[in-house]
Amino acid sequence: MFGDYSIGDLGSIFVMQGFAGLILFSVYVLMALGLAIIFGQMGVINMAHGEFMILGAYVTWMTSNFFQSYLPGLFSGYFFLAMILAFIASGALGMLVEWVLIRHLYKRPLDTLLATWGLSLMLQQAYRSVFGAREVGVELPQWMLGSLHVTDSIEVPINGVFVMCLTVLITISVAYVMYKSRWGRQVRAVVQNRIMAGAVGINTEKVDRYTFGLGCGIAGVAGSAFTMIGSTGPTSGQLYIVDTFLVVVFGGAASLVGTIASAFSISQTQSTLEFFMSGSMAKVLTLLAVVGILMLRPQGLFALKVRK
Amino acid sequence: MSDEANKGLLSPLRRKLLMGMAAVPAITMLPRTSFAQAPATSAINTTGLAVTDTEVTVGILHSATGTMAISETGSIEAEKLAIEQINAAGGVLGRKIKFIQEDGASDWPTFAEKAKKLLVNDKVAAIMGCWTSASRKAVLPVVEQYNGMLYYPTFYEGLEQSKNVIYTGQEATQQILAGLNWIAKEKGAKSFFFIGSDYIWPRTSNKIARKHVENVLKGKVVGEEYYPLGNTQFNSVINKIKLTKPDVIFTDVVGGSNVAFYKQLKAAGIDLSKQALLTISVTEDEIDGIGGENIAGAYACMKYFQSLDNPNNKAFVPAFKKMWGEKTVIGDVTQAAYLGPWLWKLTVEKAGSFDVDKIAAASPGVEFKGAPEGYVRIHENHHLWSKTRVGRAKLDGQFELIYETADLVEPDPFPKGYQ
Repeated sequence: MFGDYSIGDLGSIFVMQGFAGLILFSVYVLMALGLAIIFGQMGVINMAHGEFMILGAYVTWMTSNFFQSYLPGLFSGYFFLAMILAFIASGALGMLVEWVLIRHLYKRPLDTLLATWGLSLMLQQAYRSVFGAREVGVELPQWMLGSLHVTDSIEVPINGVFVMCLTVLITISVAYVMYKSRWGRQVRAVVQNRIMAGAVGINTEKVDRYTFGLGCGIAGVAGSAFTMIGSTGPTSGQLYIVDTFLVVVFGGAASLVGTIASAFSISQTQSTLEFFMSGSMAKVLTLLAVVGILMLRPQGLFALKVRK
Repeated sequence: MSDEANKGLLSPLRRKLLMGMAAVPAITMLPRTSFAQAPATSAINTTGLAVTDTEVTVGILHSATGTMAISETGSIEAEKLAIEQINAAGGVLGRKIKFIQEDGASDWPTFAEKAKKLLVNDKVAAIMGCWTSASRKAVLPVVEQYNGMLYYPTFYEGLEQSKNVIYTGQEATQQILAGLNWIAKEKGAKSFFFIGSDYIWPRTSNKIARKHVENVLKGKVVGEEYYPLGNTQFNSVINKIKLTKPDVIFTDVVGGSNVAFYKQLKAAGIDLSKQALLTISVTEDEIDGIGGENIAGAYACMKYFQSLDNPNNKAFVPAFKKMWGEKTVIGDVTQAAYLGPWLWKLTVEKAGSFDVDKIAAASPGVEFKGAPEGYVRIHENHHLWSKTRVGRAKLDGQFELIYETADLVEPDPFPKGYQ
């Protein structure tokens, strides 16, 4: 298939294809991080993860409209504020949901699956009633559109670079919070042994609520960032949920490194295969590989070693 | 031709009087049937449909919830507008139309169940409904078994024909061939890259397009790619497009994927004012979500654009906006859905009866001169004769009409040499 093209052409295509893989990797990490915290640390199967992302997207849309109408001069910078607002909105909703729904189900983890699935349907219909059934278009500031010309034939999409930087930033923050901060230690203590953690004076209910809120908040930021590359509609969250679970389960729950490694391997396999065959076939082969590996390693790529 | 016929009807004064009723030409065409003494119910309804001396009931069956609500909302709105206008103009055979709306909920078995409910319990005289081919395929055996009448609005892949269905959208050859001919001639295009969502409509459409490109236009298809429905990452295929440098990118990507595709195309530095792109899946509705700045310059092949400049459309667009809000946009399918109630009304009046068998028999040859797209006529195969048009997307989300076929294009749901 390469016979017809010059070496230069092929070189730049491989560079860009590598870049496409990296962008896909960042997207996967970003959408999976929130779920990795909730599913990994708390054992809650949050089927409404996609809807928390879309809440972030809608917040971004509203912020964009607000800036266009009232502060057109500051429009070029609205996206940063929008991401913060998205984090707050999704995080707050997450904490509310934890308080109303999830905390009653910690002893019945499989029921969280049904409860959050119901929640996702309710949220979808709520978005439909509030924002309308049609998709909304989020207008981006000019500097975020288009691509960087590296050479004549190599062009790097700006939104891709933006998502990559954001992913690195958020991953480092999450790692710091989880593994270095006092609060992160409390979270891990609660995960490992709830009763003992309570006995040494940790307010486990509060820890649970903030952990769930953090996970949902990160989903909101991801949703906000994805307005650059995808659609914003009541059911857009459904587009991400399968891939998100795939990444988290394949990586091994409860492991941040696992999530990253899994996102990397899935995205690279996917984008390499996509180049040689049609998108649908690439997806099929990627899923087959994941199923095969999970049969050999049911606990995922990286699993915490715990004494049973 | 329809333009000229209508010009006389719309003197400025009359236009003012009749503002809000896009139905204008059709009403004036048929004064006798509309305002004549209503015939007795027993004479025009021999099969026990829900027709009284003052009312006739029809069903609206679309997804108001679920994934497809994004697309089907426009169709529901258009059908309600048409019904309201028909009622304002005196109804059908002296009877006002009452509608029962059912929600297919984006779930195909639900569509079948609701269709059965409408036909068996409610005895509706006709159903305006369905959007995806999957929902139509689920409803088809039901309307055939219980002898109902379905008016189906979406452009679709063809390969179907039923006594019980009127297809008010384009079948694949009607939508595609004229557009390909135009772009091949206009842009001297020889190489095409196909990209679509992975299900029956894009695959069938691309199969027809490939045959046409290879056998008729003597061009070459340099790539044909499918992505799962809902896919959000298109960077790989965009790289392939850059590598193969096709003259034309031909797309039928649908739903949320559409938005992702155009955003990423723009981000990858592909300038649609230089790279020709022809789509058969983007209407004004979709641009709302994609954003005009991401798709400006692309060509779409449809039969209707909101910007069409003809008297019917100039009455239709304000009426639609008055009913559904200033910001609403009207896409190709929305217009096709608007045709459904009107064609049904005209057919009932031609048949002089609500009986489904008589309507099915009377359908061929029914003309609707008030169609916002200009003029349509029902073919013997229950599809519509209509024009094919090419529009170029503008920054504001509207299309600029670039080309239209001189004559109506004949519907050909089973095209020979394309299968």
